[in-house]
Amino acid sequence: MSSGTDIYHEMIVDYSRNPINYGEIEDHDVTFHDSNPLCGDSIDIDMKIDDQKVSDIKFHGKGCAICMACTSVLTEITKGKSLEEVKKIDKNDILSELGLEHLQAVRIKCALLSLKVLKSALYTYLGAHLENTEGIDKLKTEAENLY
Amino acid sequence: MQSTESSFENLRNDFPILKRTVRDNKRLVYLDNASTTQKPNQVIDAITDYYQNHNANIHRAVYALAEESTEAYEAARDKIANFVNVKNRQELIFVRGTTEAINLVAYAWGRPHINEGDIIVTTEYEHHSNIVPWQLLTQEKRAKLEYIGMNDDGELNLDDLDKYLATGKVKLVTFSLMSNVLGTITDAEKIIAKCKAAGVLTLIDGAQAVPHMKVDLDTLGCDFFAFSGHKMLAPTGIGILWVRKSVLQTMSPFHGGGDMIREVHKYETTWNDLPYKFEAGTPNIADVIGFGAAIDYLTKIGMDNVRQHEIELTTYAMEKFAKIPGLQIYGTKDITKRGGVISFNFADVHPHDVADIIDKEGISLRSGHHCAQVLMERLNVAATSRASFYIYNTKKDVDALIDSLNIVAKVFKL
Repeated sequence: MSSGTDIYHEMIVDYSRNPINYGEIEDHDVTFHDSNPLCGDSIDIDMKIDDQKVSDIKFHGKGCAICMACTSVLTEITKGKSLEEVKKIDKNDILSELGLEHLQAVRIKCALLSLKVLKSALYTYLGAHLENTEGIDKLKTEAENLY
Repeated sequence: MQSTESSFENLRNDFPILKRTVRDNKRLVYLDNASTTQKPNQVIDAITDYYQNHNANIHRAVYALAEESTEAYEAARDKIANFVNVKNRQELIFVRGTTEAINLVAYAWGRPHINEGDIIVTTEYEHHSNIVPWQLLTQEKRAKLEYIGMNDDGELNLDDLDKYLATGKVKLVTFSLMSNVLGTITDAEKIIAKCKAAGVLTLIDGAQAVPHMKVDLDTLGCDFFAFSGHKMLAPTGIGILWVRKSVLQTMSPFHGGGDMIREVHKYETTWNDLPYKFEAGTPNIADVIGFGAAIDYLTKIGMDNVRQHEIELTTYAMEKFAKIPGLQIYGTKDITKRGGVISFNFADVHPHDVADIIDKEGISLRSGHHCAQVLMERLNVAATSRASFYIYNTKKDVDALIDSLNIVAKVFKL
C-alpha cells in the first residue's frame, strides 16, 4: 500500500506545481465541471473536438497534488485521441502512470475526479451531437460510478 | 481541579483511546476536536452501566427499571440546565445534535412565523447547518436570507446587521458563538442588544462555544440556543435545543408520535407539556445519560480552567506557527477573541496533502472546507488545514504538529 510520503514522489510534486494543459479553451466544443464535496477539489475540463478527435484539451480548478498530477496526466493521455479511444480510458491508465495503483480509499477520489469530469464532458458532447445516443446512458452511469 | 499543565496531562489517563498508536506505531496526536472529541472512561462507563443495569423505556412503565431509567434521563437534563444556567428545565429539548436543533427551529418556529418578504439574517462564517435550513425555509416562504459580512481578521461587520434591521423586515438573526473554522468568538451581547431593540429574535449555534468556555444562557438573552454533546466528551447523536419559554409556546410540534401527546383521538390530538411536546418517540436514553456524565466531568475541571488551558495552548501554537515561513493563519491573532481552533494554509501545498503527509506521523488534522463553503469563498481558498484543541491536548502535541509540518516542507521543497 502506498503510504507515508511515498506517494508524494518527484513527479507528483512537480505536476502539482507546474500542471500540464492548465488553462481554458475559449471556443471549446464542450466543457464540464465537477467537484468532490468532501475535500473541495474542483475541476473544469474544456475540449475542442474536430473530426471526432480531441484536438485540444485544457483544465482549470483547484485541487490537491494528487488531483492536479492526475489531471495533468489524463489531459496528456486524452489529447489527440478519438472519442472512441477516450471512451476506453481506464482509471488504471492514470494511476499506473503515476505509480498510484495502491492509493488508499480516501484519496482515490482525488485521483479520479478528472476522469469523472472527462467522461461526463464526453457524454455531454455525444448527447448533444450524435443522432444515435444509444450507449450514452451506459457511459453516464460509468462516469457516475467511477468511485 | 487546579489549572496546571500537569493536571491536564494527568487527565489523559481517563481517555483510553489516547493510549493507542496509529500508522507505524506513532503516538496518537488528536487535533480534530472541533469536529468531535474523544470520550473519557467516565462517559463510556455511564453508558455501559445503563445498558448493563438499568435499560428500560422512559416516561411510561411503573416498574423499577423504568423508574431508574427515567430518573437518570431527567437528571441529565437538570445537569445540562445547570451547566449552561437555564432556570427552567422545560425549555431544554433533547435532539440529535446542533443540526437537528436548528432544523427543528426552522420547521417548528419558522413555518408558522416566516412569511413572504421577511428576512432571516445569518453570517459569512456559519457552518452549513446554520445556512442550509434557512435556505430551505426562505425558498419555501419566498422570504430572504441575508449575510453579515466579516473583515479580514474574521470579525463580523455589524454595520451589515444595522442595515438589515433598519428594513423592519428581519424576523430572526442566527449566528455561531464561535466559528468552527476561524475560532472567532462572536460578540453575541452586542448582536443580541441590537436585535432586542428591534424586536427581532436571535438564535445561537453554540456547538463550538459550549465545550470550550463558560456559557450562561440566563444572562446571554438570546431566544434559541443549540449545541451538541459529542463535541464536549459526550457520545454522538445527542444534543440540546434551548428555547425561551415564551417563544417555545408559539411553536408547532416538530415530529408527531409517542411521548409528545396528551390525548390522541381519531382526528385530533392535544400536545404534551414542554419540553416533551418536542421529544417524539423513544429518545436516545443511554447517550443522554452519557451526556450527563460528560457534564459532570467538565464541571469538575471547571470551564474557566478549560478556557485557560486552551488559551495557553493556542498562544503556544500561534507563536510556533508564526516562525514557519509560508504558513498563513486565518482569523484574528487576538487570543482573547478566539478559541482553540487554528485554520491555516502552508505555502502552495493543498490542505489535503498536508493532512495526508502528517497523518503518517500519527497526527489527526482536518483538511477541507469544514462545512463552511460560504466562508471558504469569502477567504478565497478552496480549503484550509485546521488544528483544534481540547482538554487532553498538550504542548507535546503542538510540537509534534510543528515537526510534522517540517516533513511537509521537505516533501514539497518549501
